[in-house]
Formats: sequence, structure tokens, C-alpha cells
Amino acid sequence: MEMNEIIEKVNEVLVDEFEVEIDTIKPDANLRETLDLDSLDYVDLVVAIESISGVKLGEEDFKGIETFQDFYDVLHSKVAEKQD
Amino acid sequence: MEKRVVITGMGIHSCIGTNLDEVKKSLYNGTSGIIFDQDRKDFGFQSGLTGNIPKPDLKPLLKRRQRISMGEESEYAFMATIEAFENAKIDQEYIDNNEVGLIYGNDSVSKSIIEATDIMREKMDTALIGSGAIFKSMNSTITMNLSTIFRMRGVNMTISAACASGSHSIGLAFLMIKNGLQDIVVCGGGQEVNKYAMSSFDALGVFSPDEDRPTQACRPFDSTRNGLIPSGGGATLVVESYESAVKRGAPIIAEILGYGFSSNGGHISTPNVVGPSTAMKRAIEQAKLSPKDIEYINAHATSTPIGDANEAKAIYEVFGENGPYVSSTKSLTGHECWMAGASEVIYSTLMMQNNFIAPNLNFENPDEDAKKINITGKTIDKKFDIYLSNSFGFGGTNSALVLKKMN
Repeated sequence: MEMNEIIEKVNEVLVDEFEVEIDTIKPDANLRETLDLDSLDYVDLVVAIESISGVKLGEEDFKGIETFQDFYDVLHSKVAEKQD
Repeated sequence: MEKRVVITGMGIHSCIGTNLDEVKKSLYNGTSGIIFDQDRKDFGFQSGLTGNIPKPDLKPLLKRRQRISMGEESEYAFMATIEAFENAKIDQEYIDNNEVGLIYGNDSVSKSIIEATDIMREKMDTALIGSGAIFKSMNSTITMNLSTIFRMRGVNMTISAACASGSHSIGLAFLMIKNGLQDIVVCGGGQEVNKYAMSSFDALGVFSPDEDRPTQACRPFDSTRNGLIPSGGGATLVVESYESAVKRGAPIIAEILGYGFSSNGGHISTPNVVGPSTAMKRAIEQAKLSPKDIEYINAHATSTPIGDANEAKAIYEVFGENGPYVSSTKSLTGHECWMAGASEVIYSTLMMQNNFIAPNLNFENPDEDAKKINITGKTIDKKFDIYLSNSFGFGGTNSALVLKKMN
């Protein structure tokens, strides 16, 4: 999956799952604050991402993620690993 | 000193209406909420009859985080509780500043458990079940949801007592308030009615097979009755000490006078006579009344051959010849199971407030036991002040409540 496709699919599933407006999702916006995530919501984030990519994110994967761009980058890398 | 216990609010989400006014009209007009559901038949049910309960739209009312912890039964209970709080004149500010308790009846979360299990079977990874499943798939799901949504800080527990759950929840709230442990307790019953919840009940072959006549299929006490019809929804009552209600200036709808309970000590599903009659006698005794003071009985009768016959025998044993009017509102609603004991108190209280007795629909030919008690197949315009409501459940659990109008 190319980065553009990842961004499009991730944004679509986040809008649907977390009921936020699409224009609040920007590459440099803070992921946790924008989606208003608490500890339980991360469980649902993992489920949502698996549903569009087949990638299962673990707790370690979220370390260092601040912005949506960080999140796309981690996911891009995990998708690439999966395809190899 | 023991306190007087009153009802100050009621709310309902059922197959005969999704607010008190709609339900009152259905009760008076004898409007049935039963339909035939082809999806159940296709799923493998012996009978596709069911109560038809509108699905509430909670998106405008609750945040995503709140909604994803709620199964069908919690959604119904939430809708009923909003109406009950409104009628009781209790807002969020009051709940934030006063201790309000919660004792609610529920005895299944089948769909939520099955959905989570289906994910496990497909994905083989608990990390992919999602965060809402655990809160939906515990039997206390209604009380955990309502208590957090409304930020309640009093007693907080679910009562699981099969088809008497809702009635026992009112009885236990009554005892808590009577003994001064709480001033206000929200109580009631919630019931999922989806095909997953009801399939194992249908397995017993106790649902009416009369699929070609849904509104005539539920025939409590009639000699041609051939089974119950599953139903559900949510029914909430705000139960309060008389002093608290007066202090708040709340509308006082009815007073709870007695709560009688018993257990049959017998078969897991077949009811007897002595258990129900014991519960009724205890409720009347606690109310400091005699059987002749009861003017209406809302029967548990579900439309099964043995259950209705034994309840008729029990009513006759307690009330004798020329007893009070009797009707089973399950003839209109089907069997609302865990919710029924609470919804039927609401139905009966609506009748008492509006001076009528709802009909025992489809009561055409009484059997030998039904002939001995005063069952009405038609709506009766009649003022009455005191009634008794029966609820019985699997395992032989029995509950009877006696309530009186507040003038």
C-alpha cells in the first residue's frame, strides 16, 4: 500500500470510528488530542487499523507517535514489513 | 423509623409505545405489539413471533465512548431512564449534588457475547475484539452504563432473577428506601429481544406457533393458549422516600406498600401454586391489607398452559370467590422477561392513574382454572386505588408488589 492510499484509508476509518470531522485530521495535528483518545480508545484504534490494512499495531508501535504523520509513517513501515 | 416509599417517575421503551402516553393509549385500546419476523424463521426458530421494539437512535444523545459500551438492553433502559428522570423532575445537576441509587433487572447479554466470540473465532486475537465488548457482555451492563452516563453515586447493582428481575429490583429499592438506606433509587428492567437472545428459549418449544395471527397468538388464561411470545425493551421507575419527594416538590404517582417474595423449591421451569401464592400473601401482609382490598391484579400469565393454570389456582387460593379484576398485559406486549416485572408496574400504574383496566387480549374461552377468577377480556373504565403485580421466573423465583394510588 502506498503512502497516499494509507493516508486516505486511515483518515476515512478514523472519521468513521471516532466521529471527528475530516478537516480536523492534518499531518501535523496531535493524534491523541484530535481523536480525544483515552486508554480504551487505543484498543479500538488497533481494531480499526487492522480492518483496513491487516496490520496489528502493538503498544510498542505507539511509542513516539505524536502527530498523524508519525502515525502514517509507522503504519507505512508496518505495511511494508508485512508485504516483504 | 420506617419510611414511606413512593414512585415519582416512570419511563418506558416497549413494543406498545416508546413513551408513557403512547403506552397508555395502547393499553386502553388493546393494541398489540406482536409481529412475525421472517429473519427468526430463517435463523431456525420454531416460532418467528416477537415483540416489535423500535431501535432508539442514541447518536444525538450520547458520545461514541458511551455508546460503544451499550448493548440492546442498555439502549432501551437508557431511553426509559431519560423519560423517568424527566417525569420525576430530576436533572443532571440534582444527581451531581445528591446521592441517587440504581438497582436494575437484567439477566442476559447474549448478542454481545456472541458477537465478541465470533470475532475471536475469525481473528484468533483478543486485541481485535474492541474495547466495548467487555462492558456489553457482562450481566450488569445496564447498571454500569446508566451509573456512568448519569454519574450516579448511590447503590449500584444488577438484579438477575429471570423473568422476575424487574419486579425484584423494585422490591429491593423499596426495602432500601423503607429502611432509610437510600432516598432515591432508580430501578427497572431491561431486555434484549434479538434472535441470539431468544433462540435458546425457543429451543424449549414454548413460543406460540400461531405465526399466521401474531396479534391473536398470545392468549393468557384462554383455553386455546399454546405458548408465549418473546419481547423486551426498557422500563425505569424512580422510587423515592415520601419525605424526599415532598421536599423536592416532585410529582408523587403511587406508593409502594408491599413486596412479597418466595422460591418454589421445585422444577427449574415448571411453576407451582404455593410459591406464587406465598409471594402474593406476603406482599398483601406487608402492605397491612387484606386480599379484599386489592382491586386489580396484573397477572404474570405468559400464555403457557401450565404457567397460567397454576397462577389462576394461586390467585383463587389467595383471593377466593369474587376476587379482583385480573388481566395479563403480556397479551399485548408478549413476555418482556427481565423487564416485565418493572414494565407491568408501569402499565398498571398508568391504568390506575387513568381509571381503566387494560384487557387480557384474546381471552375468549376460559379453562376450568380461569373460570374461577375475574379475568377481563375487555377494557374496563373503572377507578381503582390499589393493585397487585405478579412476576415469576425460571428457577421458581417469585415476586409480588402491592401499590396504591397517591391522590
